[in-house]
Amino acid sequence: MSVQTQSAPAPAREGEQPLLSVRNLRVWYELKKWGFGHAGYVRAVDNVSFDLAQGEAIAIVGESGCGKSSLMKAILGLVRPYSGEILFEGKDIFAGGRAGLRWYRSQVGYVQQDPFGALPPFMSIRRILEEPLILGGVKNRKERLKRIREVLEEVKLSPPEDFLNKFPHMLSGGQQQRVVIARAMIRRPKLLVADEPVSMLDASVRVEILKLLRQIQADYNLAVIYITHDLSTVRYFSERIFVMYAGKLIEKAATDELLWHPRHPYTIALLNAISDPDASNAHKLREVPPGEPPSLVNPPPGCRFHPRCKAMIQGRCEVDEPPEFEPRPGHQVACWLYEAGDRIPPGWSEEA
Amino acid sequence: MSNNGSSNSLVLKVEDLVLYFRTTKGVVQAVDHVDFELAKNRAVVIIGESGCGKSSLAKGILRLLPRNVHTYTGRVYLEGQEIMGLDEETFRMKIRWVKMSLVPQAAMNALNPVLRVSDQVAEALLIHYPNVSKREAIERVREMFRYVGVPDSFLHRYPFELSGGMRQRVAIAMAMITRPPLIILDEPTSALDVLTQANIMNVLKQIKWETGTSYILITHDVATSSELADDVAVMYAGQVVEMSDAASFFKEPLHPYAKMLMAAVPKLRGDDDLEFIPGQPPSLLNPPKGCRFADRCPYRMAQCEINPPMFRVGDRKVRCWLYEKDADGIYGTHPEPLEQAHV
Ligand SMILES: Nc1ncnc2c1ncn2[C@@H]1O[C@H](COP(=O)(O)OP(=O)(O)OP(=O)(O)O)[C@@H](O)[C@H]1O
Ligand SMILES: Nc1ncnc2c1ncn2[C@@H]1O[C@H](COP(=O)(O)OP(=O)(O)OP(=O)(O)O)[C@@H](O)[C@H]1O
Ligand code: SF4
Ligand SMILES: [Mg+2]
Ligand SMILES: [Mg+2]
Repeated sequence: MSVQTQSAPAPAREGEQPLLSVRNLRVWYELKKWGFGHAGYVRAVDNVSFDLAQGEAIAIVGESGCGKSSLMKAILGLVRPYSGEILFEGKDIFAGGRAGLRWYRSQVGYVQQDPFGALPPFMSIRRILEEPLILGGVKNRKERLKRIREVLEEVKLSPPEDFLNKFPHMLSGGQQQRVVIARAMIRRPKLLVADEPVSMLDASVRVEILKLLRQIQADYNLAVIYITHDLSTVRYFSERIFVMYAGKLIEKAATDELLWHPRHPYTIALLNAISDPDASNAHKLREVPPGEPPSLVNPPPGCRFHPRCKAMIQGRCEVDEPPEFEPRPGHQVACWLYEAGDRIPPGWSEEA
Repeated sequence: MSNNGSSNSLVLKVEDLVLYFRTTKGVVQAVDHVDFELAKNRAVVIIGESGCGKSSLAKGILRLLPRNVHTYTGRVYLEGQEIMGLDEETFRMKIRWVKMSLVPQAAMNALNPVLRVSDQVAEALLIHYPNVSKREAIERVREMFRYVGVPDSFLHRYPFELSGGMRQRVAIAMAMITRPPLIILDEPTSALDVLTQANIMNVLKQIKWETGTSYILITHDVATSSELADDVAVMYAGQVVEMSDAASFFKEPLHPYAKMLMAAVPKLRGDDDLEFIPGQPPSLLNPPKGCRFADRCPYRMAQCEINPPMFRVGDRKVRCWLYEKDADGIYGTHPEPLEQAHV
């Protein structure tokens, strides 16, 4: 079996209610002075909106510290947004109180960052998988065991008997990551959030896990949010890509559209920095924008990328925050270059 | 065939290097009869999966050994001089850091948190060159920081005040400050973002072009390795299984493991599907007697029960029986009598 490249964009299908809607979401962490006085906010997620359709896989790509995990934690109901809404099947996830959140969390599976720290070392695989079922109110022991066997088969840890009584350290990195996925899948969620599920793994194991996730996604019509800093793997996995920079989604497009016709200068910088294995790479320097991502406490005014952007328009980019333009159908980009319509951005050649 | 390594064009030649560790479960054969060589002003990348022995090989070359060493044998020639036989004091004063230095794995987290970065980098110079004054050393640090792209204003800061990428640059400056002809870089960009990664690769290239430094770059990131590679060495389960020039390797790897590894590397815009290698690498506690990749190899033959030697195929070397008939000879030392191979 092999992973097929995705081309069909699937933005919230016509007339269908999105599974998840994120509306003007802000996740701000308060900074305290001397432990109590207010000293400002870390604006980790700042005015983010998107829809996710049933069964759709999207990737959120961005550098360390840009707010990916904070966005995820809000979507999982683990942190309270500063403002904005998260709607699951049309209902605000925070509106139903504790009981509502508990139900919501049973609908969402979570594969957390750092697979090696993810599994409790002193629990057998069986206990690791049984716990969410007990918490979820599955009282019958036989029923629980049946579901555990099932889910182990789903993640291709078979026969399940070989794994039930093992402890995490007895498994390879790839097998451990399968257990993490099994745990996320055990309550048959409609949405799976995977935060860097493969970044710590070797190339071959990484492919194995991505294929498994893709298979599960197709088999169960699961919606997936795949968070990563690695643009080179997203094509094998997701239908749409959102690029995040300094707390904002700065570009959203179908996967192939984004890889072939990127528009935001930051996206272009990311794409130009990625190597395909090729001996000629060693003979040339790569173009990299100067500087580092800005502080999220005092982000730059206007476009947050402007201090590093070589296409920056004086008098515009450092003054006004760019709204979302749609230079090409279904392709949104928050950059002033597209105020008057589509163009090929500097640093990119469309025939590349 | 195996000369004494004194050939002028070589900066490093490793012969039959063995590094085993003692553990409660048995002996870990982390580096198992490794031969390789590196010409001046070239970069060899050592690629392979986690646990295959890459860092151990670096430690073996630099003689940075843990206490539980079981076996440590072989010959290492640095610019023609055999250095395995040197006593510890000479090695520490004349070789390590002076002739070859290391940017260790996770270096950016290994800086001393209570020392200013300028002092830490200067220290590496002062220890080996007692005649250099503190002021001269700091000037040299300033110069190195410019080289690797650390702003002057960071000179007297503490590590925690720097981003991961900046700390990694400091670690590279520290490895460069004595201007050694050879620098070993163990996963120098693995934990970093793509832009930082590209930046640091640019820095390493410039250093190589301008100073004639040679590199051993250790990584499991095959795509990024091509940014620096003149030569590629592939490690699998404690052995080097292929050595090729980068152009030939990235066009067509020879060893079945290398072929399958390359098929698992994602390409940004390529159309080919990714494939993974079924199964897992063998334990280094008790590795198989024959070819270590045999269990996972689609080309496996009866002969593969026997440990293959490193066959020379043109300028390339590959440890696989498939190449026996095209081979021009055998490279390096082979631990078993070869006649066995022809039964
Ligand atoms: N609980 C918190 N309190 C204060 N600041 C926080 C908190 N959690 C995260 N941050 C800050 O918010 C910003 C975004 O962090 P986040 O973990 O969301 O980034 P990320 O994109 O997931 O990064 P990485 O790729 O490194 O995982 C960072 O500046 C981080 O330091
Ligand atoms: N001091 C030690 N004692 C015992 N075993 C060790 C020691 N150091 C390394 N090993 C083992 O030797 C083998 C090779 O380890 P090494 O660190 O060289 O691998 P590596 O290729 O660098 O892996 P990675 O990509 O994860 O850094 C592993 O099985 C490891 O567990
Ligand atoms: S809005 Fe201006 S500064 Fe920002 S990315 Fe676009 S051109 Fe560059
Ligand atoms: Mg994160
Ligand atoms: Mg290592």
